[in-house]
Amino acid sequence: MAYVLPRSYPLREITALIRHSGFFFFVLMNKIVRKRQLSDAVFRMEIEAPLIAEERKPGQFIILQVEHDFGERIPLTIADADLQAGTISLIFQTVGATTKKLAALNEGDFIADLVGPLGLPTHLEKVGTVVCVGGGIGVAPLHPIVQGLKEAGNKVIVIMGARNKDLVILEDEMRALADEIILCSDDGSVGRKALVTEPLKELCESAEKPDLVVAVGPPIMMKFCALTTKPYEVHTIVSLNTIMVDGTGMCGGCRVTVGGETKFVCVDGPEFDGHLVDFDNMMKRLASYKDIEHKASHTCKTEELLKRGGKS
Amino acid sequence: MSHTPLVQLEAAAKAQLEQILAKGPLKPKDRTAIPQQEMPSQDALDRRGNMHQVALGYTPEQARVEAMRCLQCKNAPCIAGCPVNIDIPRFIARIAEGDYRGGIDVIKETSVLPAVCGRVCPQETQCQAVCTVGKVLKDVDLSVSIGRLERFVADWEREQGASELPEILASTGKKVAVIGSGPASITVAADVRRAGHEVTVFEAFHKPGGVLLYGIPEFRLPKQIVQQEIDTLRAMGVEIRTNFVVGRTRKIHDLMQKDGYDAVFIGTGAGLPRFMNMEGENLVGVFSANEYLTRSNLMRAYDLDRADTPIYSSRKVAVLGGGNVAMDAARTALRLGAEEVHLVYRRSRTEMPARVEEVQHAEEEGVMFHFLTNPVQILGDEDARVASMECLRYELGEPDASGRRRPIPIEGSNFKMDVDTVIVAIGNNSNPLIGQTTPGLELNKRGNIVVDESGKTSLEGVYAGGDIVLGAATVILAMGEGRKAAAAMNEYLSR
Ligand SMILES: Cc1cc2nc3c(=O)[nH]c(=O)nc-3n(C[C@H](O)[C@H](O)[C@H](O)COP(=O)(O)OP(=O)(O)OC[C@H]3O[C@@H](n4cnc5c(N)ncnc54)[C@H](O)[C@@H]3O)c2cc1C
Ligand code: FES
Repeated sequence: MAYVLPRSYPLREITALIRHSGFFFFVLMNKIVRKRQLSDAVFRMEIEAPLIAEERKPGQFIILQVEHDFGERIPLTIADADLQAGTISLIFQTVGATTKKLAALNEGDFIADLVGPLGLPTHLEKVGTVVCVGGGIGVAPLHPIVQGLKEAGNKVIVIMGARNKDLVILEDEMRALADEIILCSDDGSVGRKALVTEPLKELCESAEKPDLVVAVGPPIMMKFCALTTKPYEVHTIVSLNTIMVDGTGMCGGCRVTVGGETKFVCVDGPEFDGHLVDFDNMMKRLASYKDIEHKASHTCKTEELLKRGGKS
Repeated sequence: MSHTPLVQLEAAAKAQLEQILAKGPLKPKDRTAIPQQEMPSQDALDRRGNMHQVALGYTPEQARVEAMRCLQCKNAPCIAGCPVNIDIPRFIARIAEGDYRGGIDVIKETSVLPAVCGRVCPQETQCQAVCTVGKVLKDVDLSVSIGRLERFVADWEREQGASELPEILASTGKKVAVIGSGPASITVAADVRRAGHEVTVFEAFHKPGGVLLYGIPEFRLPKQIVQQEIDTLRAMGVEIRTNFVVGRTRKIHDLMQKDGYDAVFIGTGAGLPRFMNMEGENLVGVFSANEYLTRSNLMRAYDLDRADTPIYSSRKVAVLGGGNVAMDAARTALRLGAEEVHLVYRRSRTEMPARVEEVQHAEEEGVMFHFLTNPVQILGDEDARVASMECLRYELGEPDASGRRRPIPIEGSNFKMDVDTVIVAIGNNSNPLIGQTTPGLELNKRGNIVVDESGKTSLEGVYAGGDIVLGAATVILAMGEGRKAAAAMNEYLSR
């Protein structure tokens, strides 16, 4: 049977032909055009997704699946996009079964399913001085936000935290953007030996008290950043990364308590007022499937995939 | 209820059929004397341990015998009882004659999804509610089993192999975008494509089918049936783009202005789960039925060995609600290994909106029903996991606006239920995404899209139907609305 391509289909987007129920169909796939390893467990991938590259704004994320039938849907923030090339960049750390399988894919491979951009974009306006705090992998989602804040005309000070020197990512990119960079590490192997909250507190106390703080990183870091800025009444935005299923507001699995009200992170967020977020409840909810996931990420299947794939 | 195995039902029907055929022409009295054919099903204990279909479908002999119960009455109240007015007596007459092809052809004049509707329609409140046989026997449960007969011919046709594709008119060069891929959208895509327009279906999820796929479980509606409907659309040349959230990946205005779509149909369903806004609802172990069912159905979490998506492992589950969604969630929890499943419903049994068959099946499988009971708060342990639920008992008072007697709380009747999981199935509101991203699209107070009687919205060339217009409703209504809108769209595009 001949299948006529509808005219609306930009050819560039058709990257694969699959067989389904005896017929051949063109489907949209998401080709990995570039893969780099940023640190021990952190990878950066550029993926062909022209529509998402065109629509995405800072703060937004995608949901992807590495296997069509049995894969899990996980949200990842869009770290960057190239409109000309029609690509988006994802930066991720291998923590669970899906990120490990993703890391095992190589340039030229396809990601089974990818949808986005999801969530509300960061509200970007000129407010004066903004301190952006990024912890670990959180520096990745912070990158487009810093970009946007600079474009809006703000002075941006970036505090970057990592456990050690090897885990610092996007340092050059951030240096190129920010007015000032403060690096911290837990062991002092790079920058100050301090938690990110230390310089944050100093800035809040300084003459140049920030007008806005944006904190993205592990929940515990965001919680303490919010606690740090609270006494100084500095408006603090955090970007939450909860468990998600659909990402369109249909399931409520991503819900958090903000100011005593239930919010859906995928459609009402991902960014919220850090002073109002119930971090303790959110962290407990993140651990909902701890026991089960532990099992999943240790299956032989994953181990095997990891050995086969990855150029690292 | 005792369980009669399929072979026994089949043998009995064979004998009955022979007897009837030997007897010659049937009088109305003979017809009403024929015993109603019981739906063969999996034994309740067995099926608790699997995801396979519970109701197995009539055998050909059973179908013919059941069809002979129909009186072929002149006024045919069943036709008016059907939301899409299927010519019920006519399709049943064909089945009685053994002409199954003729039967399915009659249904297909008006319905697009008979294999689905035969399984999930609330027949007892529609066609079968007004059936003369039920009236004569003074028991609506003894009406002719119209739904089971519909399912029978639809399944029969599927088993014959590739059904013929409907005729598609010469290309008009017009393009139509259909948003969502539930029953409303499937119907529109088929009807609009048949008129020769190019059709693209945009679906947010990675697989098409809407609630038929992610909500209604396999044991009630095999996914292969939904897949077949989608395959038919594809074979007709309908393009299906999954992983595409209209409003985010692209807005309706861009689809029309940049991508050249001449008309749009919005069939995005009622996808915004309602919660009760009580204390403890965000504890670990509290889920919306949507989440719980999506994990199990769409993400296949029930297949513990193969699926990456986890599902909460529960011992004692409370499901809140009394509709089909609540029944599906309760029965899924049982199948996933819960020891006890309690269904907590604020009103009494007669007010439950679920299909009678589902309630029966749930009971047979061991779901425990708590009527006139409503939760007050959910209590957690030190890890913020659900430990118990505090409930209040109710009694029935005066009828309210909906005509149902209003439940009134009995003061001081609070009690605690030991559960580790709570699934909230109290309904869905409409998802606001399309409304928020489509300026000029008129919504009502409840967030549903406002349409005229042809399904047209406040925007030129934009139509809508299904749950996004009706609020959470039914498959057959979604399909009926789709038909209407498709006709109007074809009219609009031919201008
Ligand atoms: C668990 C459950 C059990 C049910 N049982 C029954 C039953 O027994 N009998 C019965 O008659 N009815 C039942 N219903 C109700 C019935 O399924 C719905 O009324 C019907 O499916 C509505 O059809 P629809 O086409 O309007 O939308 P849906 O089936 O809801 O489909 C909407 C589709 O649109 C997609 N979508 C949403 N937003 C966007 C967007 N922005 N861009 C792209 N795609 C989008 C969604 O992902 C979804 O796939 C049940 C519902 C549920 C949840
Ligand atoms: S992920 Fe399902 S509602 Fe947010």
